[in-house]
Amino acid sequence: MSMTTVIFYILSAILLFAAVRVVTAKNPVHAVLYLVLAFFTSSGHWLLLQSEFLAITLVLVYVGAVMVLFLFVVMMLDINIEQLREGFWRNFPVAATVGLIMAFEMVLILTNPHTGLADYKAGAALAADASNVKVLGRQLYTTYLLPFELAAVVLLVAMVAAIGLTQRSRKDTKVVDAGDQIKVRSQDRVRIVKMQAEKNVEAADTAESGEQQA
Amino acid sequence: MLTLTHFLVLAAILFAISVLGIFLNRKNLIVLLMAIELMLLAVNFNFIAFSHYLSDTAGQIFVFFILTVAAAESAIGLAILVVLFRNMRTINVEDLGSLKG
Repeated sequence: MSMTTVIFYILSAILLFAAVRVVTAKNPVHAVLYLVLAFFTSSGHWLLLQSEFLAITLVLVYVGAVMVLFLFVVMMLDINIEQLREGFWRNFPVAATVGLIMAFEMVLILTNPHTGLADYKAGAALAADASNVKVLGRQLYTTYLLPFELAAVVLLVAMVAAIGLTQRSRKDTKVVDAGDQIKVRSQDRVRIVKMQAEKNVEAADTAESGEQQA
Repeated sequence: MLTLTHFLVLAAILFAISVLGIFLNRKNLIVLLMAIELMLLAVNFNFIAFSHYLSDTAGQIFVFFILTVAAAESAIGLAILVVLFRNMRTINVEDLGSLKG
């Protein structure tokens, strides 16, 4: 067995163990931490497959951002774990049967020599200075430019949606309703009163006003 | 010698484990979301394995987009979860029947 094969089997064992613990862990915080382990290990697998950019992205984006978000949410919610675990072992026989059948079927198909999967040989060894990032970046900014921009829009929409969903405004804050503000007409706000510019004053005041004018 | 089958079988087992997780944790919304993340990881494994063995980087670019969409999905999913917990004080799937579906 070559070195990469040994590494592959070690990483696979860790990955499968972590995945099993994710779905069986009692405490959701432990489940998230095992999921972090699973992502980290699979980034090792992706390095074996020479896709360095995605391996690093998986660690940075998934472990660094998404899993931390999961941790935040799990720790913020005060959930009753016992209640959520109800029926766990009752579902287990069905779940195990379905899972085993699925795994068995897929393994049966994939290991069948008729599929011709064994004909695919690993890609030729890359040059020492070959850059996976450069190759991906060139494709992403030329061939896949439009999908790339759309992905950015998807992220923006997700950000707006997440903020909009969770934002809570206090009842005593004074906010301007933009809709109401636009809908308003000038005649609702300003009343024009017709009145004379000059007013006839009483006889007693004429002397004073006369002096002031002088 | 690592072959394509190694990686595909690994991804298939990972996928089966996450299906098992969805069956087992039918009540816990957070673990359901995590099982979905594991499923996406298994799918990404297939893409990257094929990308390597066919020497075609299109698979890796597809994984890039899957990661983007999965991140957006989990962010919105968790936001909904937080709002749900704020309003109903529970994330138990059994209690979420207010739409009477």
